[in-house]
Amino acid sequence: MDANGHEHVIEVTDLRRVYGGGFEAVRGVSFTVRRGEVFALLGTNGAGKTSTVELLEGLAAPAGGRVRVLGHDPYTERAAVRPRTGVMLQEGGFPSELTVAETARMWAGCVSGARPVGEALALVGLDTKVGVRVKQLSGGQRRRLDLALALLGEPEVLFLDEPTTGLDVEGRRETWELVRALRDAGTTVLLTTHYLEEAESLADRLAILHEGRIAATGTPAEVTAAQPSRITFELPDGWFVGDLPALAELGVTGHETDGRTVRLRTRELQRAATGLLVWAERAGVELRRLDVRSASLEEAFLGIAREAAEGTARPGTGTTRGDGTGRGDGTGGGDGTGPGKGTGRGDGTGPGKGTGRGNGTGPGKGTGRGNGTKEYAK
Amino acid sequence: MTALARAELTLLGRSKGTLFAALFVPLVLPVSVRSAAEEMDLAEAGLTPGTVVLPAAIGFSLLFAVYAALVGVFVVRREELVLKRLRTGELRDTEILGGSALPAVLTGLVQCLLLAVGCAVLLDLSAPSAPHLAVLGVLLGLVMCAALAAVTAAFTRTGESAQVTPMPLMIVSMLGSGLFVPLELLPDRLATVCELLPLTPVVELVRGGWTGDLSAAEALGAIARAVAWTALSVFAVRRWFRWEPRH
Repeated sequence: MDANGHEHVIEVTDLRRVYGGGFEAVRGVSFTVRRGEVFALLGTNGAGKTSTVELLEGLAAPAGGRVRVLGHDPYTERAAVRPRTGVMLQEGGFPSELTVAETARMWAGCVSGARPVGEALALVGLDTKVGVRVKQLSGGQRRRLDLALALLGEPEVLFLDEPTTGLDVEGRRETWELVRALRDAGTTVLLTTHYLEEAESLADRLAILHEGRIAATGTPAEVTAAQPSRITFELPDGWFVGDLPALAELGVTGHETDGRTVRLRTRELQRAATGLLVWAERAGVELRRLDVRSASLEEAFLGIAREAAEGTARPGTGTTRGDGTGRGDGTGGGDGTGPGKGTGRGDGTGPGKGTGRGNGTGPGKGTGRGNGTKEYAK
Repeated sequence: MTALARAELTLLGRSKGTLFAALFVPLVLPVSVRSAAEEMDLAEAGLTPGTVVLPAAIGFSLLFAVYAALVGVFVVRREELVLKRLRTGELRDTEILGGSALPAVLTGLVQCLLLAVGCAVLLDLSAPSAPHLAVLGVLLGLVMCAALAAVTAAFTRTGESAQVTPMPLMIVSMLGSGLFVPLELLPDRLATVCELLPLTPVVELVRGGWTGDLSAAEALGAIARAVAWTALSVFAVRRWFRWEPRH
């Protein structure tokens, strides 16, 4: 129980996992999951989601730290934990020559207090496929069979490792509905996903994993709120960022340019947008492809990846970084193939500043196009 | 665990290659042993064609229907991530391996019984003089071969290599454990070494069960060797068995 009276069904403290080759996949992860909530571990491929979940499932012993599921160590106290958990691995785990019904019957025989096989298969919409061999199922159908098996024991805690990967849009929605129904019935769900909308729509709380560490955690709204909103537009020929009104005074906290495209970051979206539009109106400038959007989980996610790419050496106040990115993605994440080679930062500050437009023409750039980023004081 | 065994039995029935190797080969190989046995000087060693062919046949059954078949089962289930998935459930590790092994072990047991009846009918084999030793030999052999299969699977990476990795033990057993040539006919020093092979005590117990020539000390020695091999295998499995494919 925590101070607010929530029962912690899963408690993870400073968890570490090191693989045989010495690769540290999980580097000190801590979080808690309350009874009856859906908790999502979000991250790019290789972020450490599955490595973490497998420790919670008790498939391996952690190299450091502590895991408690329903108050027990899932690795050393298997017998106490397993009857109360359901697990859906990232990949199958079925003999390919068995039929759907045979697979489910086999699993039901290994589960105490299993619900009827037909009921579990009907829950995931596989009741019409009972006689089909597993090898003939589509990827999405296999995911749903896996989910059915995880649900057979009517678990209190459900681990779902990328439950909707390979499902079509409809299948994904159906799985979401099912997860919500389970949550409403009191099941605690921990799921991993790399679909942002899945986490945004399903999770009560989430943690974003990056390189084995938690980069952000909270409710989707909290994680999102930490991120700036964005305004994106294209300036017509002959107009430059330097022609815009003083951005800092509009509440803009940073901007990036990519060719003619300008992206502004702000925590005061209305003020910044109003200022920009009033200026455009007065100056008679048409801002093409204007896009004004509140922060989303996607922004948060990309922001975390970007920060990680920039490393710890964040640019100081007012420096303009021109980066000759070979990618031309204009995120300002700035991995300069030219000047910043190897550092992943690519900051050719010198030449970039000369124009006074924040349009850094980075040396050695592959694109021949100047990309610049300007960061203001935080 | 029975649910797992039932599923494995279904899978065994659907795997034509395994079925052929497990059922057909152990029934055919003894025929070649028999023709060879007829040319051996058996009487001097106190043996008859029947007491040579039957232990050999049981040995083949253990090697093909149990040992080699189970190496394949363990490795393929690991590749399919079935073992990993089972380990997320309530079964204990020994139950997972035991349940997976049960159909092959039962197949081996039934085969041994059929072979005993077959040899009795076809080779005029008289009733065993110490049936308890023969039964014990077969049961120990079944458990030991299942354990040895899990050890072999621990050192086998893919289903493809599972076709090859059982070979060394099978060949060594066929040559050295008295399957093709009874140890009684081998030079003494060689026979002493061969007695240490895993399948030798099983063959000794089965043969001794029929001939009644095995002294209590010899029988105990054979049982001890079979138990030692089994215990060693169990230790190796606990230490080295891999539950999921290498990354």
